[in-house]
Amino acid sequence: MSDVSRQTLTHLQRLEAEAIHIIREVVAEAENPVMLYSVGKDSAVMLHLARKAFYPSPPPFPLLHVDTTWKFQEMYKLRDKMAELSGMELLVYQNPEAAERGINPFDHGALHTDMWKTEGLKQGLDKWNFDAAFGGARRDEEKSRAKERIFSFRTASHGWDPKSQRPELWNLYNARKNKGESIRVFPISNWTELDVWQYIHLNDIPIVPLYFADERPVVERDGMLVMVDDDRFPLREGEVPMMKSVRFRTLGCYPLTGAVESTAKTLPEVIQETLLTTTSERQGRAIDKDSGGAGMEVKKQQGYF
Amino acid sequence: MSDTQNTDPVYVTEALIAEDIDAYLDQHQHKTMLRFITCGSVDDGKSTLIGRLLYDSKMIFEDQLDALTADSKKVGTQGQEIDFALLVDGLAAEREQGITIDVAYRFFNTEKRKFIVADCPGHEQYTRNMITGASTADLACILIDARKGVLVQTRRHSYLCHLIGIKNIVLAVNKMDLVDYSQDVFDKIVADYTEFAKSIGIENFTAMPISGFKGDNIIGASENTPWYKGPNLIEHLETVEVLTAEDQSKPFRMPVQWVNRPNLDFRGFSGLIATGSVKPGDAIRVLPSGKTSTVTKVVTMDGELDSAVAGQSVTVCFADEIDCSRGDVISVSDTPPQVADQFESTIVWLNDDPMHVGRAYWLKLGTQMVSATVQQPKYAFNVNTMEHVAVKTLELNAIGVATLSTDKPIVFEPYADNRSLGGFILIDKITNATVAAGMLQFSLRRAQNVHWQATDIDRAEHARLKNQTPKVLWFTGLSGSGKSTIANEVEKSLNLMNRHTFLLDGDNVRHGLNKDLGFTEADRIENIRRVGEVAKLMVDAGLIVLTAFISPYRAEREMVRKLIPEGEFIEIFVDTPLEVAEARDVKGLYKKARAGDLKNFTGIDSPYEAPINPEIRVNTVEMTPQEAAAHIIRQLMPLK
Repeated sequence: MSDVSRQTLTHLQRLEAEAIHIIREVVAEAENPVMLYSVGKDSAVMLHLARKAFYPSPPPFPLLHVDTTWKFQEMYKLRDKMAELSGMELLVYQNPEAAERGINPFDHGALHTDMWKTEGLKQGLDKWNFDAAFGGARRDEEKSRAKERIFSFRTASHGWDPKSQRPELWNLYNARKNKGESIRVFPISNWTELDVWQYIHLNDIPIVPLYFADERPVVERDGMLVMVDDDRFPLREGEVPMMKSVRFRTLGCYPLTGAVESTAKTLPEVIQETLLTTTSERQGRAIDKDSGGAGMEVKKQQGYF
Repeated sequence: MSDTQNTDPVYVTEALIAEDIDAYLDQHQHKTMLRFITCGSVDDGKSTLIGRLLYDSKMIFEDQLDALTADSKKVGTQGQEIDFALLVDGLAAEREQGITIDVAYRFFNTEKRKFIVADCPGHEQYTRNMITGASTADLACILIDARKGVLVQTRRHSYLCHLIGIKNIVLAVNKMDLVDYSQDVFDKIVADYTEFAKSIGIENFTAMPISGFKGDNIIGASENTPWYKGPNLIEHLETVEVLTAEDQSKPFRMPVQWVNRPNLDFRGFSGLIATGSVKPGDAIRVLPSGKTSTVTKVVTMDGELDSAVAGQSVTVCFADEIDCSRGDVISVSDTPPQVADQFESTIVWLNDDPMHVGRAYWLKLGTQMVSATVQQPKYAFNVNTMEHVAVKTLELNAIGVATLSTDKPIVFEPYADNRSLGGFILIDKITNATVAAGMLQFSLRRAQNVHWQATDIDRAEHARLKNQTPKVLWFTGLSGSGKSTIANEVEKSLNLMNRHTFLLDGDNVRHGLNKDLGFTEADRIENIRRVGEVAKLMVDAGLIVLTAFISPYRAEREMVRKLIPEGEFIEIFVDTPLEVAEARDVKGLYKKARAGDLKNFTGIDSPYEAPINPEIRVNTVEMTPQEAAAHIIRQLMPLK
């Protein structure tokens, strides 16, 4: 093979190749896979990788958005646009019980996340009998994620048992399961937040404009800047939305997602700000802090992604 | 090399980020990646070292640091100082016990590289996690507590790293601050380790005196060890060669994951290139079929490539319409990999349930999934002394060498030449757990020399002459459940109906064919395997075969079912509760077993796995043997 010169692969090329390999393995071995699509930047990268994995075919599985009805309006817009662009079917699931009981982030706190997201996800997966679900979680996000396998096995009731994870060797993934059981698959497990941003930059992947700074109406509550995204936002007495140049580091339900004051209008500026900042990405979210130091671990055991 | 430590960390590039983000992004974009593992025994300071690397490379944010400082005071083991281990000991159970129980992956960057660290637990029963971490690593960092020297776990972990083929080994003699940075202590440990390393075949390693807690020789040379002239840890990690570079120089191989066929004009084969490189015009061969063609294009969403190398995921198209599907391997035409079905293999057992000799497991190698059985190990390794030990099976964490057979030929290369085509996992067919990892060493010749001889009078002809559909009536149930009695009644009835039958009875077979077998789990599996093969020959001869064996394991009954053509295997569960069978105790065996005079007796000290969906179930509490037999006959009708 003397005629072929060596080619040094960069870390992003290796991470991309690994993710594509993982996505194809799932399609080859699972009966009914689905990609969970939350419209955030990690989902954007994952979707892009899926498109690369099967090009020129469209990815042979649908997108599932577990909707809480409280996402930012701009997220819904991008969601529909990306489904069309990728040629994939978009499934949207909203927990009917949460809708009926009017569960919302203002009045119900943790119950909101539990019913719309955790229960909604389980119900959605059960409704269409999905046996494998791609998720955009990364190991650098949180301590219990750092120990999760790429193919993460779930019981018939969607539980995760961190003590009996399947050993994962080389790039051999065991996707076998019994009826009713399922696997969650994390193709970008080994990416960091910086890798995700850089990949979006290099590949020009569309992301929700909320990641960039702009003048937006916000109120300050409990030390968090919250955007008044629609007229369901109950203003407290004396509260008046003010226009501030802000952006978001993560995107979830708008009343639960804290904005940061920023002037970063381009991707390099966003990346720069991210790198120089001194608080971690998930800090804007309330969910990790429940039940002492093990918040996310407990949530995962209950079936949260 | 700077003469002060930590004042100017080589991998903190904040200034560049602030001043010229585009230049920083350009630098980051061109970084290579190194995956490494840290391993050692409990309390050697692995988590602390990794916490230190993350901390020094600014991978810890202020809010995490605040939480860490508070936690350190609450549950830390370092007094009032920051306990870095708390950063990485993720699971609640671990934080309470103060030990790392599952492999965790961490990330950090320097100017030259991105690093993925697998933090591998030192606790003995968690060896399986270490093997997991080691399987993808380019380098292993083996920690030794300077106060304790080379321990049993040091040997075990070094051996595992060597076994899995890691060529770059760093011996990090940690906690040097606790031995006053003594060169004598360091030299003594290095000498001990050198002797051990040689004995197991590790040719090279790099030793360095460090303190993860204090930061000595992590970045920059430490003032405390002026006698040490070697590289510091980060410097070394930044410069060692990564695996994919070596893989590129080998012949082209790509296991096919998926056939891409969006329309009639496009047919491509997708996979991750395992070794070598490929470009349009290359002559290729598809294994195991051996069909050849030429590569026309290498497709990606970013455009067609002039060439692609090991480590890239691509889709290739051929000039000819040749058969190629998932599990096949595309290879350079002139030096293809081998195809075989029997191998010498090294197996690491990863499950609480020990290996069952002769049981069929799923074997996954590359993208191939086949049924495989393992023979009794030739020997296992004593990981403390590296001696070969005679064993009957492999228990959790045991490593042994054994012959492995697959039910059809697979494409492979010896593990030493190609990890992707030589490394495999075994999966339990019932629980779907990954029970073992293994490495193929070489093929055994049986495969090439034994062929299936075609005969003119086939099984259909035998059956036609006997005017019946051959069947296996497989009776299973506890000792004393009434299997033999009922099977005998059924055979009598069939005989009256002019059917050609044969009854294989458990006790009778053990007087002849299986008289060399005892009642251990391995022997029971072999007993059933032989009976299954005999039953298969008899149904091929056109007979209705009745078998009466306890056959306690679901996996072996499934194995026999797979041997017999679909629809001809009838599982009959003779359902008798243990109390009833024990009360009958026709042969007095339960009494002996209860007294401890009979070991491995099903239902007493050996499990019985009842069928989940038997074709026929008879309840011997409510039915007499004659009624049960009549019930079975009714279920079997018509017999033609």
